[in-house]
Amino acid sequence: MSSPCRRSASLAVLAVLALAACDREEREPRGAPVGESGPGAIAQGTLYAGEPSPPDPRRQEYEGNAYHLAQGKQLYVWFNCGTCHANGGGDIGPPLMDDSWIYGDSLENIFATIVQGRPNGMPSFRNKIPETQIWEIAAYVRSMSGQTPTAASPGRNDSLNAKPAEQRTPKAEPKQSTPGGPQVEGRQ
Amino acid sequence: MDVTRVRRTGAVFALALALPAAAPAHAQDAAPAKAVPAASASPPDDGEWAMPAKNYASTRYSELDEINTGTVRDLQVAFTFSTGVDRGQEAAPLVVGNTMYIVTPYPNRLFALDLTQPGAPLKWTFDPKPAASAQGVACCDYVNRGVAFADGRVFMNTLDGQTIAVEAGTGREVWRTKLGDINKGETITMAPLVVKGKVLVGNSGGEFGVRGWLTALDAGTGKIVWKAYNTGPDSDVLIGADYKPFYDKEKGKDLGVTTWPPNAWEIGGGTVWGWISYDPELDLIYHGTANPGPWNPEQRPGDNKWTGGIFARNPDSGQARWFYQVVPHDLYDHDAINELILLDLPVNGTMRKTVVRPERNGYVYVLDRATGEVLSADPYANINSSTGVDLKTGELAMVEAKAPKMGKVVRDICPTAPGSKDWNPSSFSPRTGLLYIPHMNLCMDWQSAEANYIAGTPYIGAEVRMFAGPGGHRGELSAWDPVKRAKAWSVKEDFPLWSGTLSTAGDLVFYGTMEGWFKALDARTGEELWRFKTGSGIIGQPIAYRGPDGREYVAVLSGVGGWAGAVVVGNLDPRDATAAKGFVNAVADLKDKTTKGGTLYVFALPSKR
Repeated sequence: MSSPCRRSASLAVLAVLALAACDREEREPRGAPVGESGPGAIAQGTLYAGEPSPPDPRRQEYEGNAYHLAQGKQLYVWFNCGTCHANGGGDIGPPLMDDSWIYGDSLENIFATIVQGRPNGMPSFRNKIPETQIWEIAAYVRSMSGQTPTAASPGRNDSLNAKPAEQRTPKAEPKQSTPGGPQVEGRQ
Repeated sequence: MDVTRVRRTGAVFALALALPAAAPAHAQDAAPAKAVPAASASPPDDGEWAMPAKNYASTRYSELDEINTGTVRDLQVAFTFSTGVDRGQEAAPLVVGNTMYIVTPYPNRLFALDLTQPGAPLKWTFDPKPAASAQGVACCDYVNRGVAFADGRVFMNTLDGQTIAVEAGTGREVWRTKLGDINKGETITMAPLVVKGKVLVGNSGGEFGVRGWLTALDAGTGKIVWKAYNTGPDSDVLIGADYKPFYDKEKGKDLGVTTWPPNAWEIGGGTVWGWISYDPELDLIYHGTANPGPWNPEQRPGDNKWTGGIFARNPDSGQARWFYQVVPHDLYDHDAINELILLDLPVNGTMRKTVVRPERNGYVYVLDRATGEVLSADPYANINSSTGVDLKTGELAMVEAKAPKMGKVVRDICPTAPGSKDWNPSSFSPRTGLLYIPHMNLCMDWQSAEANYIAGTPYIGAEVRMFAGPGGHRGELSAWDPVKRAKAWSVKEDFPLWSGTLSTAGDLVFYGTMEGWFKALDARTGEELWRFKTGSGIIGQPIAYRGPDGREYVAVLSGVGGWAGAVVVGNLDPRDATAAKGFVNAVADLKDKTTKGGTLYVFALPSKR
């Protein structure tokens, strides 16, 4: 794949075209800055003033991309997400493969939950995980309950086959779960 | 392979060591005497219940006999009380004077109930307000296993790592001492024990790469008198001139450093979240040390001292007297923190001062409590991961084929990570001479993975799924004869047993099931004589006491949870076999049988009018 590109690169005029032809291999493992992502970007409830805001473009970028989801699945293990949430069935932390969402089910809300932490035990990972990787983890978390396109979702598990891979997880219709921790919901 | 043969061989060795040459033949003719609790550690029953284990010998036996095999069929609810917290209720209620004290799981509220009034109204409530974030570093539900009473004060631990003294009459806080750091993964869930004016407290967090310790606080001031770590150099472990272990394998300088890869001991576990006993005559406390971290054994080659074993220490100085490592280089998360019952019993014809431990790995250990010598170790449950204990060396023989390996699923390992039994304590009746062991019958598949240490997050490195063992029943109550070294009888239960047992002079054994049944069995036969369905599953510790009216009462907290009940309290998803470290797979149907709760039930016979 790379050798035709290299040859064309020797011709100055064709260089730009040739590089463009290689874009389908572009993975941007570090990612480009994609704008403001702090607490101001998320909504905790479903009520808003006026018209709804357009969906965050990062949803398309991360949730529809097999590479990002596969990276997210690996990072989910490496950053010890799985030691609290298991393979989605939950443990110390709540399950991620079902339809209940305490702090919001959108990509932005999951991103915010990872960065900010939550009061009943979710640790804050602020400044501990590169931002792109947090988006990848958040997108993978969405795939655990079947929210991402089947074609992009991970198709196999790396370890003890604890449950069907995300590709074969039926889509759960996300529902709100009241915040307030164990006293209200038995959830963090 | 042949457990029986290993045991017999071991017994012969023990015999040879223990007895003068002439004794054996004579001893075998004599009728075996019964086991009795250590006298100095089990004073006559005053009708109170001032520590979770009832007494320093940890018998959990009541001498009350108004409720007995003849009358128990009439047992009925006297009063109830809602704790207001619907997480796993593992605590034992305490009764001192005319007051009952109960502590809840996080947020660890402490209630005092006035037993002189009808319905036992609230006398006071103490709310310690622990940090909410502590819930995120509690491996197995936000439990608390009880409080301790001494000298007009109630001593309690909070999930976020504090020990607090509360005035028993008023509920006023006297002192509080911060001992644990949740940002390192430290919590406290154990019940403290007060010995000679010192409050003994240990940490939890063996699944978070903490460094385990046991500390003694001055009961008057809350100041730390001594602190013994269970990993690291001898000076930290409080190993000095007094240390005289029985086995050579426990001897050597700084083994808490040299039996680990470099610096791994700093995050090596060995916590003290279980039970402590005390022998006033020998003036020694006994406590276990929990599993090494991470679970993945290939990341910590070596014996991993001083995890997975039993310490005897001087209560005044904390200095170690002896240590026996039950599970050197633990392979399966087998914390050695279970109850330690101090019994005097005949071993090969000679009365020995022993400590009896139904261990997580499936054996009942009987150790000489003065020296740490293993006198016997017999399986009480289904085991295929080890073949027995060599009584000459104290070594546990492991089965190589069942050892966890990276990149491989090792199947059908029995017992599981929570073991044949976990923390929930046995009781001992001197009338029957039997130990009533609540336990489990589960096996597991295990795949090791590389664990990453990130402070404040779990440090495990294993994926596990559990399932019912041979026979399909998941729980069992076994009456164990420590003299004959055999089961007298046993009763099967559908769900794993996660409650303690209580035995009484009425020749009854009380325990609860995860479906919510509270049961009374005939202590001699195991026949079920009475049962009552409580509101939620029972994982607590039943007690018996004499009320201000002179009648006998039996009390237990109902409220499912703990590691075994995580599927209910966390509303976990059983489609993932590894949920709750694999326990959910074994109890996937529990959500169909019970719901969360948190209620005290107190039972008595109908009052005579």
